[in-house]
Amino acid sequence: MTITTALIFTLVIPLVGAIAISQLKRYENLRDGATLVTALCLFAVNVYLFVNRDLITDEANFTLVEPIDGLAIAFSLNSFGLLFALVASGLWIATSIYAIGYMRAHHEKHQTRFFTLFAVAIFGVMAVAYSDNLFTLFLFYEFLTVSTYPLVTHSGTQAAKRGGRTYIFILMGTSILFFLPAMIITWFTAGTLDFVQGGILQGKLDSAALLPLLLLFILGISKAGVMPFHKWLPAAMVAPTPVSALLHAVAVVKAGVFSVVKIVVFIFGTDFINDVHANDWLIYLPAITILAASLIALTKDNLKERLAYSTVSQLSYIVLGAMLANKYAIIGASMHIAMHAFAKIALFFAAGAILVTMHKTKVSELSGLGKRMPFTFTVFTIGTLSIIGLPFFGGMWSKWYLLSGALDYQSISITYWFVLSTLAISSMLNIYYLLSIPMKGFFGASDGNTSIQEAPTACLIGMAIPTLFTLYLFFDPSIFYVLSAAIAP
Amino acid sequence: MTEQITILLVIIPLLCAPITAIFKSHKIAWAITFFVSLCCLLISSYILLQVIDGSQVIYELGGWQPPWGIEYKIDSLNAFVALIVSVMAVVSTVFAYASVQREIDDDLYGLFYAAFQLCLLGLLGIALTGDIFNLFVFLEISSLSSYALISMGSNRKALTAAFSYLILGTIGATFFLIGVGFLYAASGSLNIFDIASRFETYEKMQLVTTSFIFIILGIGLKAAIFPLHSWLPNAYGYAPSVISIFLAATATKVSIYVLIRVLFDVYPMEYWSKLLIPQVLLTLGCVAVIYGSVRAWQQNEIRRLLAFSSVAQIGYIIIGLALLSHSGITSAIMHMFNHAVIKATLFMAAGMILYRARSTTLSDLGGFAVNMPWTFAALFIAGLSLIGVPGTAGFVSKWYLLEGAVAQQKWFVVISIALGSVFAVAYLWKIVDAMYFSAQRKIHITKVKSGDISLAVAPKSMSVALWTGAIACIYFGLFTKLPTDAAKSVATALLGS
Repeated sequence: MTITTALIFTLVIPLVGAIAISQLKRYENLRDGATLVTALCLFAVNVYLFVNRDLITDEANFTLVEPIDGLAIAFSLNSFGLLFALVASGLWIATSIYAIGYMRAHHEKHQTRFFTLFAVAIFGVMAVAYSDNLFTLFLFYEFLTVSTYPLVTHSGTQAAKRGGRTYIFILMGTSILFFLPAMIITWFTAGTLDFVQGGILQGKLDSAALLPLLLLFILGISKAGVMPFHKWLPAAMVAPTPVSALLHAVAVVKAGVFSVVKIVVFIFGTDFINDVHANDWLIYLPAITILAASLIALTKDNLKERLAYSTVSQLSYIVLGAMLANKYAIIGASMHIAMHAFAKIALFFAAGAILVTMHKTKVSELSGLGKRMPFTFTVFTIGTLSIIGLPFFGGMWSKWYLLSGALDYQSISITYWFVLSTLAISSMLNIYYLLSIPMKGFFGASDGNTSIQEAPTACLIGMAIPTLFTLYLFFDPSIFYVLSAAIAP
Repeated sequence: MTEQITILLVIIPLLCAPITAIFKSHKIAWAITFFVSLCCLLISSYILLQVIDGSQVIYELGGWQPPWGIEYKIDSLNAFVALIVSVMAVVSTVFAYASVQREIDDDLYGLFYAAFQLCLLGLLGIALTGDIFNLFVFLEISSLSSYALISMGSNRKALTAAFSYLILGTIGATFFLIGVGFLYAASGSLNIFDIASRFETYEKMQLVTTSFIFIILGIGLKAAIFPLHSWLPNAYGYAPSVISIFLAATATKVSIYVLIRVLFDVYPMEYWSKLLIPQVLLTLGCVAVIYGSVRAWQQNEIRRLLAFSSVAQIGYIIIGLALLSHSGITSAIMHMFNHAVIKATLFMAAGMILYRARSTTLSDLGGFAVNMPWTFAALFIAGLSLIGVPGTAGFVSKWYLLEGAVAQQKWFVVISIALGSVFAVAYLWKIVDAMYFSAQRKIHITKVKSGDISLAVAPKSMSVALWTGAIACIYFGLFTKLPTDAAKSVATALLGS
């Protein structure tokens, strides 16, 4: 199997899987089996690409069509895309196992549609990860928005529709109003939209125009959740938990930050940004988002909403890393895509398990539940500690590099100190709004019922996988480090 | 052989139309029309394949030598326009099968289809002929039949809409005829290529400028170029849905084709460039884009909204022409095609909504998308294409337009295009919001026979036509070879000569 063939397979497998799943409506077990097989195959191909990544040459790409001369829908293998694809496809396995247990235990309707569209969304993620130019990235970014919409409104209630309205309005609106014009401006300035290490705009774009253009991109890529266009993410929490877990903690939101990092590194080039000092001002956007989202999370009693705001805050760490635009910060940002994914998906799985078993959605109702669901709350605790960035959990490494990047940051001192203190304060806030949940579960007053009642086994297996990885990644983060270091300037 | 075939495009509908008028039966009348439009499609695709490499097909009517006889001289532009017209004729005929039975009185079927064929004949004739007076005749054939067709709309406002179109259309045609008369007085010829070849001999005459202005105004009215568009929203908004589809996709496009011929083939470019025509057209195009989009945004009735959006989209085409550059003209020609596909799809979706809900007023349609999810999905796709989202047909033509504008550093054009797209998002979101996100409400329908299943299901034929259009919106956004090649070859021919 050549690299190019494997690359094509990463796109074909989820689509074939989607078709197979949609045809197995009558045979529930076979259908869910098809989901798992598809997820495993996709992961295997991505691992194959990872193992053979030293074979990456310029030939590891292919062009689907070329609607306009020089503007093609093309895919190529690159280490950053590989990182994203590995995380998404790997966690798709865990999510599939979890979803099978969850959807059955929760008696959800239209499960076939759910699993079919899930596979289609993963196809979109693979296409984003392996896109060879900004045009392809934009196309599948939009595709991802549209294809995940029916998953968000899965329950079909009026509340789901309201959430879906915000979701599609903000995501599509910003991308058409800001992202698309920014892309067109880039094309007319640089004459190309290909991703090139070191950027394509240096020497072509007037340095005064860099800040507005980068701002257009950051506002346009609202999937990255930078304020003020973050509202779609809490709105998307009306979706079933597996969707919130994989799509709105990993795939969709990471597609956003992935695009931001990709644009900073491969379109602008970090040197260019640093030379112009555009980031001195832009860095306030993610920094304020980190703090504001943490503060909002404090006020949320709904568990999934609190997690959503925590995601908004964590995503801005990655955007912040991209804005810092130096070696360690880029490594940190890129690693945080993976580290945050494992921890946050564990948190969502735990929240879903609580919902399925105890039918509780509010933080205030969780008091004492830790004794009845020890496994779930242990998972929650581990996920929390990893997000805070404490040792023995994978989340420490990405924060470590982000902090090193922030210390390396060459800027006016007020910005420098603002960034550093943001990172420090936000870790405190993390402890406060996340760690208080398992604390309450374990040590809060209970209603006296102490019989142990955990979620279905499939859910537990699904939860265990990312949790174990969070621990493993502390001792061996080399997989993601290698891939991250390859894109760092 | 090829030369002989070209005239069949005109002959077949001309012979079949009177025959169709005899039949009262809907099935027979429809079958003849379908046969006619299918023949036209086959012939025009064949012709386009012959000329896409830049060659020409010449046919002299009755064997009379030009400039005395009428001559058909077909290059890639003629063939491309004829293809647009005949493709749209086929698609709207498929759509017509169910919708005509609903919207047209039983005893008018034969006449309706006869008028439809005459309209098709007129539009094809305009696209083919190389004789400017003959062009006027075809223009009148298509206009007269479209007045009749519009007046058959089920809403009584269709009558006033048809009447005001009749008045304005006749003024336009008269202006055009006066212009042709002056031009004939100056040049002594009616053959377009003959007039052009001897142009410098009478260039200095005041009569020529007068004729030019008359012709441009007459055509501008027919093509609904801002500010001469006032007949269009009502005419398209109240016509039977098939006619909205067909006319929105073709009638204005054909008029723009005439404009292109007049500007680039009859009068030399240096001649009218001195008259500030490019600047005027460019400004009018920009104003049309913004004005049409804003007015579309203010509408509460889907078909009127789409009609105003047509005013804006015509603006894009005019901008492309007025840029006078290779990419500008490429974009104008492509947008003629893409907009025909997109707008036909949108009007088909509106027609299906009308068929099912018997209303296209947004406030009546709260949550109606739930009842027709596939139609709504097609509407959504075509809407994205109208906005110009990458991966759809609308993006490609807008891209070339932007390229042309940026290359000439015409920033107000760039801003107009961007604003137009923003408003397109706004007015299409209005439809999506009302039909999908609003609370569902019962639709108030009167005069429906009990047991009428048309409330519950959309006819297959309509869905087929609709989805052909929706898929074309995506297909021509990805596989752009056919329209790009044709448009580029046209642009080269127009600017080269």
